[in-house]
Amino acid sequence: MIKAEQKPVDEILDFLKPHRKILLAGCNACVAVCHAGGEKEVGILSSALKMARKKAGQKIEILEDCSTRQCEPEFVQELKEKAEEVEAVLSIACGVGVQTVARMFSDIPVYPGLNTTFMGETDELGVWIERCQACGNCVLHVTGGVCPVARCAKQLLNGPCGGSQDGECEIGNDVPCAWQQIYDRLKTIGQLHRMEEIIPVKKWGRESRDKGPRTISREDLKL
Amino acid sequence: MVESFSPRIVAFCCDKSGYVAADMVGKLRLSLPESLDIVRVPCAGRIDALHLLQALEKGADGVLIFACHEENCQSLTGNIRAKARMGYLHGIMERIGLEKERLDLCNLATNNGAKFAETVLQKFDELKKLGPSPVE
Repeated sequence: MIKAEQKPVDEILDFLKPHRKILLAGCNACVAVCHAGGEKEVGILSSALKMARKKAGQKIEILEDCSTRQCEPEFVQELKEKAEEVEAVLSIACGVGVQTVARMFSDIPVYPGLNTTFMGETDELGVWIERCQACGNCVLHVTGGVCPVARCAKQLLNGPCGGSQDGECEIGNDVPCAWQQIYDRLKTIGQLHRMEEIIPVKKWGRESRDKGPRTISREDLKL
Repeated sequence: MVESFSPRIVAFCCDKSGYVAADMVGKLRLSLPESLDIVRVPCAGRIDALHLLQALEKGADGVLIFACHEENCQSLTGNIRAKARMGYLHGIMERIGLEKERLDLCNLATNNGAKFAETVLQKFDELKKLGPSPVE
């Protein structure tokens, strides 16, 4: 799932300076799971912003809402009535949600309250770790379910570099070498021969975004 | 600061320690400030950051958490979680310019009625010196 962190309150306060009535819109999908932009976080941020503005002698009125998924236009549509009442929207969804809201309410400013960080899994309660970079051509079947694009500092596709020492990456910080993990995993599942499979260079363009935003189009699903 | 200022304190009390200790204050014939509001919770771990922050937003000059001693929580880590949430809120309070002394935690046991009263009175005096909440 998409992981995000809240921007520092003072940074948010800075871009909300010109506004006296806003809509604080959360998202009950990915960012609620990582406790950054769900219903509860809407309440906490709203409370903090109101107190800060009251203290500064510039009260702010904040309408609160939390969409089921802010990346879906039909759910964002439900915010319309509230959006019409305010000067701006502060979205604490991921960057996708912020852009959906900005596109749907094109006549008012929409600000991001989060820094969208990565796609990852829950490592332990309160700790999330990057696992996927949406490269567009998954190689996890060759690499034993460990992604070299997201987990190797150099994104090497065919084996470790010389910086792999005792299972650790040379960048330090106790980062495990992804290729050591791939080797160990392939050995465990009896697929060490996969290490000899050559993963071709990425077709950056189809598999990445140097040709603009990537699009998935499914004719069978269109109305 | 106005001399008659009587700080409003909201105390979130764990049912297994703080609330029982608060009850004992009466039995010990100790007095507590009239402006103290007690909120009974099943465990300090039930107290969310949102509850604490909203208490401050809605008029409390100070907020206290009364939780069990560490390693003595019947729900195992409720008191530790409450402490972590307080730390998280201290960060927010610092950024919005609200004194972090306005939010505090006290670990105690059921028979610590005197400690409960002492903690509340100490916080009462501290808040009196600090003055009314700037966000009231």
